[in-house]
Amino acid sequence: MSGEAKPILVIGGGIAGITAAVEAAEVGYQVILVEKDAFLGGRVMRSYKYFPKMCPPTCGFEINTRRLRRNSRITVHTLATVEQVSGKAGDFKVKIKKRPRYVTGACSLDDSIAEQLTSERPDDLNLGMGTTKALYYPHDMAFPPLHMLDRDALSESDAQTLTKVAPAGAIDLTMTDEEIEVDVGAIIVATGWRPYDATKLDNLGFGQCENVVTNVMMERIADPRGPTGGKIVRPSDGAPAVNVAFVQCAGSRDENHLPYCSAVCCMASLKQARYLREHNEAARATIFYIDIRTIGRLEKFYYNLLADANVAFVKGKVAKITEDPGSKDLILDVEDTIAGHKPEQKFDMVILATGIVPNTVDVKIPFELEYDEYGFIDGATDVEGIYAAGCAKHPCDVSRAAKESTAAALKAIQCVNRG
Amino acid sequence: MEDKIGVFICTGYGIADALDVDALCKVATDEFNVPFCKTVESCEGPGLKSINEDIASEGLNKVVIAGISPRRYPDHAFPEQVMVEPVGLREQVVWCLPAAEEDTQMVAEDYLRMYLTRVKKRQPLEPFQPEETIDKSLLVVGGGIAGLTAAVEAAKAGYEVKLVEKTAVLGGWLAKQHKSIPTRPPYRDLEDTGIDELIAEVDANPKIKVYTSATTGEILGAPGLFDVTLKSAGNGKPEGEVVDQFRIGAIVQATGWRPADPREDLPYGKLDNVIRNVELEEMVKSQGRITRPSDGKEAKSVAFIQCGGCTNKEHHSYCSSICCLTSLKQALYVREQDENSKAYIFYEFMRTPGKYENFYRRAQEDDGIFLTRGDVTEVKPNDNGGLSVTARDTMLGEEIQVNVDLVVLAAGMIPNAADGEAIRALEDAKVTMVEGDSEAKKKDAAETLERLKQHDGTQILNLGYRQGPDLPSLEYGFPDSHFICFPYESRRTGIYPTGAARQPTDGMGSRADATGAALKAIQCVEMTARGEAVHPRAGDKSYPDFFMQRCTKCKRCTEECPFGVLNEDKEGTPLLRATRCRRCGVCMGACPERIVSFKDYSVDIVGSMIKAVNVPDEFEEKPRILVIACENDAFPALDLLGQHRLQSSPWIRTVPVRCLGSVNFVWITEAMSAGYDGVILIGCKYGDDYQCHFVKGSELASVREKNVREKLEQMAMDTERVELHQLQIDEYHKLPGIFEKFAELIDEIGMNPFKGM
Ligand SMILES: Cc1cc2nc3c(=O)[nH]c(=O)nc-3n(C[C@H](O)[C@H](O)[C@H](O)COP(=O)(O)OP(=O)(O)OC[C@H]3O[C@@H](n4cnc5c(N)ncnc54)[C@H](O)[C@@H]3O)c2cc1C
Ligand code: SF4
Ligand code: SF4
Repeated sequence: MSGEAKPILVIGGGIAGITAAVEAAEVGYQVILVEKDAFLGGRVMRSYKYFPKMCPPTCGFEINTRRLRRNSRITVHTLATVEQVSGKAGDFKVKIKKRPRYVTGACSLDDSIAEQLTSERPDDLNLGMGTTKALYYPHDMAFPPLHMLDRDALSESDAQTLTKVAPAGAIDLTMTDEEIEVDVGAIIVATGWRPYDATKLDNLGFGQCENVVTNVMMERIADPRGPTGGKIVRPSDGAPAVNVAFVQCAGSRDENHLPYCSAVCCMASLKQARYLREHNEAARATIFYIDIRTIGRLEKFYYNLLADANVAFVKGKVAKITEDPGSKDLILDVEDTIAGHKPEQKFDMVILATGIVPNTVDVKIPFELEYDEYGFIDGATDVEGIYAAGCAKHPCDVSRAAKESTAAALKAIQCVNRG
Repeated sequence: MEDKIGVFICTGYGIADALDVDALCKVATDEFNVPFCKTVESCEGPGLKSINEDIASEGLNKVVIAGISPRRYPDHAFPEQVMVEPVGLREQVVWCLPAAEEDTQMVAEDYLRMYLTRVKKRQPLEPFQPEETIDKSLLVVGGGIAGLTAAVEAAKAGYEVKLVEKTAVLGGWLAKQHKSIPTRPPYRDLEDTGIDELIAEVDANPKIKVYTSATTGEILGAPGLFDVTLKSAGNGKPEGEVVDQFRIGAIVQATGWRPADPREDLPYGKLDNVIRNVELEEMVKSQGRITRPSDGKEAKSVAFIQCGGCTNKEHHSYCSSICCLTSLKQALYVREQDENSKAYIFYEFMRTPGKYENFYRRAQEDDGIFLTRGDVTEVKPNDNGGLSVTARDTMLGEEIQVNVDLVVLAAGMIPNAADGEAIRALEDAKVTMVEGDSEAKKKDAAETLERLKQHDGTQILNLGYRQGPDLPSLEYGFPDSHFICFPYESRRTGIYPTGAARQPTDGMGSRADATGAALKAIQCVEMTARGEAVHPRAGDKSYPDFFMQRCTKCKRCTEECPFGVLNEDKEGTPLLRATRCRRCGVCMGACPERIVSFKDYSVDIVGSMIKAVNVPDEFEEKPRILVIACENDAFPALDLLGQHRLQSSPWIRTVPVRCLGSVNFVWITEAMSAGYDGVILIGCKYGDDYQCHFVKGSELASVREKNVREKLEQMAMDTERVELHQLQIDEYHKLPGIFEKFAELIDEIGMNPFKGM
């Protein structure tokens, strides 16, 4: 039955989208995977390690890309977005717009070519901490394994240089947008998340105090491939961060910001406390929380950290963060809710556990769809043929995202079979 | 079919600047007598196109392309029937070794020799097709929310399902619940459980056959070919009587959970008015009201004690993930009963992740619900037939005391799953107690019996597997292999645990989880029917072939296969159940007689690759170090080393292996005999947080490495000549150091004394 069935469209190539695509394709169905970035992997490619095993996300990603490469039923479009969807379950018509990469793939490039350019761009993989050349390899394990050219960042003289130094046919500066139309039977939305904008939390000092960073930035700072080469140092002076505070629920569980719990930031902070401790024996972490939400077997990770004398857990809401103008140390005003404990007030660096905002909060899928009040496409939306998975549906960790996208693959298969 | 071998040598990417391409061609044409050898400017885009044109026009069926890494080819680059061996000269030679040097050239030529050897020895794959046709129907064990969901979702996709439930009715725990926690926006309201509708859907679906009051008496066979015998679980029919027998293709285990025993220091079972959450649920469901069991009086105030039996600092246990939500829900039952009623919840952490926060918020807004962060220290009877609860409020730092009618302990979930490996060990110990030929063995067996006694008689699936009747468990009795990225992986192919049997989970989570498990089961039967392996070598069409004439029945393979693929007969002869196989090659690594091989991967193929290297004699002072690298992580890490332009060592020669567990240690002794100066094995992390994609592979290699050291001693060699490293894929930067240190070591202990002999 899979032979003549219409393909399944997967929007978003993060862990949820990739999983949905390979799971459906391995059953025997055709899949079209559309990713807006230049590479697959989404947010987890910006994570250093996964809780609770402290393993690199690239380990699973390598297996997943092998599954993608091996499977002739999957077509991947990167730099692509869905512009229009019409029709109904079993019979959707979809317009996909592909932005130009300016790198043809006829001959892969190597960084010695990029190094001859002067134009730079903010490094989005490192969340703008640092820059890359206008021609760049997105990351170590980039899939597809191609460079990307940021045309807007490329100066005229660099454009000239490129035509001289790049192998013939490797770069094509005349590439333009491309539009393709596909017929699909079902759609899986796996458009994922972005971090809550920490500058909106004005009491917590992000953007005003140099040494206040967010948890997503910390993932990059701890990573040897990140902007500091894996050294956990203060942005203000590059000094090692020894005494670090983690501020939980930064924006989450707060009716003025994100009323829901972002579900992963407790574990993320505990994991990052481990980064810190593994990095520097003398380092101390203090975690200010409302509730420690380490659910299921993740609880063990919390217990293991409790045993570390250099990690303190303090129940208390951080009301305000200010900076000592001289030392750039941070002073935390904490409503200490557990009597008898007086949390330390001064820290070298503060990490805000910012929460998860669905990308669909403002970039909607071009089809009549229902979103919940926060912008997630919740399972309860009753549109046949369109299924959400991963952080597009609710805040969740990788394992849950992978499970739900496997489930979404089956729902989509049922739909294309009927169609 | 006759071999038509072709070699393409790429001159682009700086390869021609760094290497003598003519000399490379000569390796192919002169040493290996390959009739077709061509240089190409690139092996991508137009270059790739021209390679494919040559493959077609020359009718080549075996091709070596020396150019970019195999990991860098675009999807589906070559026709499927052509055996292609890409040699990553760019990443693993040109990018990580000095250009235009003799030693670098030697590396490149050796790699060409190795892969030419490999391609010559490879045989076309014939996907495994058993004589009987693959059955694509599914068995779902357990008729709770997860099992019912798996059955319905699989049936909707067109698959036949047999659903077996031990009790007389479907629905499991959810059927005993009054209301469900919210499953949809705005996540504030109690909902109907929906279980009756789901049961009706199952009953009405002609593709689903339901067996109640039955259990799986026996499951023989393998994916696509499982033969199931259902036995009566009482209820009319005599217990144990055969109910039905049939064949199915894959299994979803949805056997659910049971409540944990509550905290011992609280008077559950001693005072009537102290009950567990499950009992409260049944009470509301059956009588519609909450009363005191002691006297049947309406309960006007109820205290809920969280973590009443599961997460516990002393025991380092897990969190059941659902008890906080359950108590909030039950607090609402209390509040709905009477507007003046009171519910107290004592907790350490309130765990309402994601949008469940809204449900928590609703409870916080209710002024009849008192949420207190504190440890309950005592529950005792009070004067008016109720209970007095004392707690230390950790926020105010003072002791508080409330009087309530009823105390509800939020007891956690324990999986209804059995540990197949433990049961097998227990059964083996029982046999040893009777048949053991030495007192020492019997003593060990007695200890095993004592240690594993709680597993006695716990079997659920009753699989006919040599390695035990159920899935092995990982932690706390959950039959998971706990991969973050691949959450459905289990260690028995085609058997997917789901719902609360695999991990603590809520009902909504169970439904999604079971739908995914149904997909995995469907995927397994479809891939099996195509003769393909499932994850992690998804799509692999090779499979192990056992040359039985030479088998000595040593049982290594049957014991070591991480997936329980091999059964054994009474004499210990391995019986291959090929559709269970994941193609890791661990059996190939285990077999001392070297009788296990795949058409494209065998002791001979890899051994010949190793020996294809030119080993210079001692006086040239060019050591040769064999690196055996796991292709899942270590081999990509070697690519990354080049990608980052770090320096490798010109002394190393790398062979990729499917898993470090597939390394047959004859390769090492052969390498030493062939004059290599040492061997470095690089595999994935093992231990509690293992990263081996075949679970046990790298660990097994570490055990076998010890035996190899002994062997080296017998050969009068320094045992340091073999080293095993655990490496994560992103730790490529550690490789230069590993190579350098090893080269220094060789320098110190001297070259292999057997060199040139
Ligand atoms: C600080 C932090 C640390 C974390 N650490 C861990 C951890 O250790 N372990 C763990 O399990 N989880 C962790 N998580 C959670 C984890 O990041 C998420 O579970 C995961 O990213 C969810 O994957 P996804 O595919 O749903 O979303 P994403 O990763 O966001 O992927 C979505 C993809 O869709 C693309 N996309 C978006 N919109 C469109 C569109 N309109 N058209 C086409 N493509 C589109 C995006 O470019 C992206 O590639 C962490 C989260 C945080 C905040
Ligand atoms: S996971 Fe933890 S830090 Fe994140 S919002 Fe929830 S309670 Fe707060
Ligand atoms: S050890 Fe691996 S290859 Fe061998 S039978 Fe078991 S799963 Fe298959």
